[in-house]
Amino acid sequence: MLTAQDLSIARAGVMVLVGLSFTLPAGRALILRGPNGAGKTTLLRAVARLQPIAGGSLTGGEEDIAYGAHSDGVKPTLTVAENLQFWAQVYGTDLAGFAMESLHLEALAQRRAGQLSAGQKRRLGLARILVTGRSIWVLDEPTVSLDAASVALFGLAVAAHLAAGGAALIATHIDLGFAADVLDITAYRAGPQVPVLSGQFDEAFL
Amino acid sequence: MRALLLRDLRLAFRAGGGFGLSLAFFLMVAVIVPLGVGPAPATLALIAAGVLWVGALLAALLSLDRLFALDFEDGSLDLLATSPLPMGGVVAVKALAHWLTTGLPLVAVSPVLGLLLNLPREGYVWLLVSLAIGTPALSMIGAFGASLTVGLKRGGLLLGLLVLPLYIPTLIFGAEVVKAGAMGAEIGTPLAALAAITAGAWAGLPLAASMAIRANLK
Amino acid sequence: MSIWEYANPKKFMETSALALPWLTGLSAALLGAGLFWGYFLTPDAAKFGSTVKIIYLHVPSAMMSISAWMMMLVASLIWLIRRHHVSALAAKAAAPVGLTFTLIGLVTGAIWGQPMWGTWWAWDPRLTSFLILTLFYFGYIALWQAIEDPDTAADLTSVLCIVGSVFAFLSRYAVLFWNQGLHQGASLSLDKQENVSDVYWFPLLVCIAGFVLLFVTLVLLRTRTEIRARRMAALLSRERSGGERLA
Repeated sequence: MLTAQDLSIARAGVMVLVGLSFTLPAGRALILRGPNGAGKTTLLRAVARLQPIAGGSLTGGEEDIAYGAHSDGVKPTLTVAENLQFWAQVYGTDLAGFAMESLHLEALAQRRAGQLSAGQKRRLGLARILVTGRSIWVLDEPTVSLDAASVALFGLAVAAHLAAGGAALIATHIDLGFAADVLDITAYRAGPQVPVLSGQFDEAFL
Repeated sequence: MRALLLRDLRLAFRAGGGFGLSLAFFLMVAVIVPLGVGPAPATLALIAAGVLWVGALLAALLSLDRLFALDFEDGSLDLLATSPLPMGGVVAVKALAHWLTTGLPLVAVSPVLGLLLNLPREGYVWLLVSLAIGTPALSMIGAFGASLTVGLKRGGLLLGLLVLPLYIPTLIFGAEVVKAGAMGAEIGTPLAALAAITAGAWAGLPLAASMAIRANLK
Repeated sequence: MSIWEYANPKKFMETSALALPWLTGLSAALLGAGLFWGYFLTPDAAKFGSTVKIIYLHVPSAMMSISAWMMMLVASLIWLIRRHHVSALAAKAAAPVGLTFTLIGLVTGAIWGQPMWGTWWAWDPRLTSFLILTLFYFGYIALWQAIEDPDTAADLTSVLCIVGSVFAFLSRYAVLFWNQGLHQGASLSLDKQENVSDVYWFPLLVCIAGFVLLFVTLVLLRTRTEIRARRMAALLSRERSGGERLA
């Protein structure tokens, strides 16, 4: 569903990742690993097409990606149901109920998101991914501030998504409880000697 | 798109302040200027049109820096950028929500403030008309400015510096409509120019603003 | 061999290093000759006395303040379309030069206006337009300085420059409209082609050429500085990320 070939990504004029290749077939999950600052977030933002790539190719998924960032985009003055309903309308789906059910948010549906605990808010953020109805989930540290039970709940949701023919690209350090390929991106970190190539012109000095 | 508009309106109402604040500021300008200039009715009548338009400009500016900043800080802007909504549409909807919560109430109360500033009687209609036509341009131009500064920590001051020069043509033609209208003079040209600026801003700036937002999200 | 080869920073540095001494000398010579000719070898005007000679500074700098913005507009378009860093840096380099020309134009205009119309400042359409242009320069420069990431800064300032150009143009016409009822008769500035006799006109041409070359020289010089600064920043951050790798 998603293929990266010899991918290079720069951030703020400095190369971050070089020569990265992977494929993400339907029904599979790919876990990204690497120390802080290795470029996991940058890679995920590039996959979500928020950031241009500096070299190589990235194909597939333009219209199928649901991106989940560090911050959830949860509006504190809206209720849980309103938050999800909004994204359901944006994506033209009616999955808000299903998402609340999957992440055990029904009891909180009428609660203002501002009154939720950090873990509950995170669950709301993950429910948003389900609401999109998209097939490729691109998630950046989805389990931050989740307790063990919620992590298991989330693992089940991802497993169900994969079983239904979806795919997931997840940056995380913990075991989510389902079979997944692992890609350690440490090996692809750009060395100090690698220059930024921008456009088709040789701007060798940068 | 409709969902986004409804969400933004709901957020504006729930947060309280948002729309009352600009109105209060507009009122403040109309009170402060006579205190500074003096109460002579003739003087006030002369400057009423300009003061009300400058007040509208500043009131619009006041709430601009939160237009995208809130969505940027909580990550919503990233999520909107990866959603099926076109970014230009998001900008236009946000500018529309800004106008509905600040511009429209401002138009509605402007006659009362005209009273405070001794605006000549013939001017009221044109005050309403010019603000109704011109304030949407203020919201859209402001949204463009906000899209440039969305990634900045202290964008508020810079936003004013960027947006106010862009407001100049709208201000000139808008105030001209009221002034000429109050004197019973010909208002066709400035009114047409004002409408053209609004139409042009809404046609062209969403694209420019969406480029700016995408650059800021990189 | 295409013109775009000069967009390669290395090629640009080589070429500009060769051209700069010549440009510097030529602009100094033209400015010196034009100003000397204008100030000492032309007669005092019958009507205005010697005050009129300020046109040798006022007119070229006013012209260049607009030309500089035009150059920034073209450079911004090139950056947005072809992504040449040199182009974006040239636009950045031109802004303070253009702002300085605008300020010189305004100040000399005020100095000239005092004896001519008895006031340092009048809200004449042309003066007002230049004042507004100053505001646009301020905004543009402030935006460059506010943004850390150089490519993002180039993107945003380019968009601002294009939108700003449209609104600056609109402001010009709005201001003409705004002040038509207050000042009767023609604009307070002279119309060069028709009102200036050849005695004053030729040195003015030399001065204009000198100012154009001065602008080109300064922009090349500043662009070279920007390129070096950019390269240094890239080297430093590369070194830093390399250091972190080793640690």
